[in-house]
Amino acid sequence: MAEKISIGELHLSGCTGCLVTLADNYEGLFKLLDDYADLVYALTLVDVRHVPEMDVCLVEGSCCLNDKISVEELKEAREKSKVLVAYGACAAYGNITRFCRGGQWNQPGHEAFVPISEVVDVDLYIPSCPPCPQQVRNVAVMAYLLLRGNDEQKNLATAYLTPLMQLAQRGNEACGCDLMYDVINQGLCMGCGTCAGTCPVRAITMEYGKPNVNRDQCIKCGACYAQCPRSWFNFDVMNNYEGIMDAIKGAMQ
Amino acid sequence: MDVLGNYKSAISARSTDRDITKKSQDGGIITTLFAYALEEGIIDGAIVAGPGDEPWKPEPMVATTKAELLAAAGTRYNISPNLYLIKEATRSYGLDRVGIVGVPCQIQAVRKAQLYPIGLRDVDDKIALALGIYCMENLSYQALEAIVEDHCNQKMESVKKMDIGKGKFTVYTERGAVSQMPLKLIHKYVQPGCNVCLDYVANLADISSGSVGSPDGWSTVFVRSMKGNAVWDGAMAAGLFETKPMDQVKPGLDLVKKLATEKITKNQKNVDARKTVGLKADGTPKGLRNPYESP
Ligand SMILES: Cc1cc2nc3c(=O)[nH]c(=O)nc-3n(C[C@H](O)[C@H](O)[C@H](O)COP(=O)(O)OP(=O)(O)OC[C@H]3O[C@@H](n4cnc5c(N)ncnc54)[C@H](O)[C@@H]3O)c2cc1C
Ligand code: SF4
Ligand code: SF4
Ligand code: SF4
Repeated sequence: MAEKISIGELHLSGCTGCLVTLADNYEGLFKLLDDYADLVYALTLVDVRHVPEMDVCLVEGSCCLNDKISVEELKEAREKSKVLVAYGACAAYGNITRFCRGGQWNQPGHEAFVPISEVVDVDLYIPSCPPCPQQVRNVAVMAYLLLRGNDEQKNLATAYLTPLMQLAQRGNEACGCDLMYDVINQGLCMGCGTCAGTCPVRAITMEYGKPNVNRDQCIKCGACYAQCPRSWFNFDVMNNYEGIMDAIKGAMQ
Repeated sequence: MDVLGNYKSAISARSTDRDITKKSQDGGIITTLFAYALEEGIIDGAIVAGPGDEPWKPEPMVATTKAELLAAAGTRYNISPNLYLIKEATRSYGLDRVGIVGVPCQIQAVRKAQLYPIGLRDVDDKIALALGIYCMENLSYQALEAIVEDHCNQKMESVKKMDIGKGKFTVYTERGAVSQMPLKLIHKYVQPGCNVCLDYVANLADISSGSVGSPDGWSTVFVRSMKGNAVWDGAMAAGLFETKPMDQVKPGLDLVKKLATEKITKNQKNVDARKTVGLKADGTPKGLRNPYESP
């Protein structure tokens, strides 16, 4: 087995749900840490005070512009990591922290929460609130193949990760409205219901086969849009679903 | 990839269960396979298009018994957002092994959900059997109503069966009337999202099936994945299907291939044409999104 990659989790203004999600891989997390990745930085899990050099940095939470330490640590993490991931909806899109108005106990001045791409360049998004354990597992395995694999594995990992990297290029705002703007208004929706099945707060209902978003309920997690098969669909990867799923399963055994 | 997708075998088949073929659209492939998979514990429930609150309007439902599968058998030619229940099936219904049926785009959604489980936590390894049905295009409920009530002159509630074949849309009523309209008049009613679909025979399903290629009452079946293969072999060994080799039935695989090619060629043109659909104020082309290129 090739040398492991190093992964860290930088915790900004998030609820720790993303960190818990990592652990929700259960024995899968041990497998990842045994064979593929060293966890070099993470709140409560790793006893390291300062942001170290790492291959992949998962950033949880949005960044409060009024919190100097957050801004500095985020910039430092960017400098010190090869791949910076907006891990979860707060980091990618602001999510529920978009609605924060400050005033909370012991940090009343923290009220300017923005997605991390407003502060640094981001390579890859893992949207949703919370993100899915299986999605972060897949990204970790693919990052390993990208950085340590042979040519064939590098190609597969690149193809797999590309849409998640393109999501990072697409911008830092996403909500149920994106289904309206970029799928329905574009004449692309075919009524599969994935968006409604995906939404963590059940803000979407299907009316005569098409999604209807309750915009007051939407927390701006971006899951519905990213999961919709008409927001993006990469045939080269999906046509090999059996092989890729077997490969990931094999890697985790 | 071939227009028919990857497959291990193509067979013409019909269920040997008359309770099923009485209610099913074609050879009863989907209902029979789900009933078998339930019985064998391969799945503990299947997401199907159940009866809705208006005649011929489907409502996605989780079926856990053969009776429920039978209630959902047959084709309703309008949108049934079956993926809507995919996470719910593992939560409220507590299924560990989920079956799901869908038109090609819906099976694409299933595979995307497995490879990129972005908002569908703990779902990827619970999808135990994805069955696909061929699909040229789908309709909104209102479009189907217009076709049946305005063009075919029948009331939705009096219709016993709807069918597409030999270039015609046909409705059969409870009282024995048969009304038809040419399929080509339906195009203006097709949901626009279908115009960019590059799949006719549910290439990504474990097993996919449709009527095209086989005689009336029979189905053309593609067995595609390892899992599909195991389920098909098991159902065959249990005597659940009578079959004929595909090269011995008429009109045969050539027709399936012809229709698949037509659909994909036409829709690829639509995808390409979207690049230049309008003009910006400065006269340069203003395109629509291509979902196969980037988000
Ligand atoms: C919109 C549409 C277009 C189709 N176009 C073609 C075609 O061009 N050529 C062709 O050969 N076949 C086409 N079919 C498939 C065909 O009508 C049959 O569904 C298929 O042959 C299965 O028949 P069966 O007897 O094996 O299944 P059955 O045992 O009758 O079971 C059918 C299953 O499909 C589910 N279902 C019914 N309606 C829908 C729906 N709208 N969306 C999702 N699931 C549904 C039912 O719940 C049931 O579980 C189309 C189907 C649909 C829904
Ligand atoms: S509608 Fe739901 S899934 Fe979509 S962004 Fe809003 S909260 Fe997230
Ligand atoms: S997931 Fe996309 S294609 Fe499917 S119903 Fe929602 S918006 Fe339409
Ligand atoms: S034509 Fe394609 S997009 Fe339309 S319903 Fe059928 S499979 Fe889905």
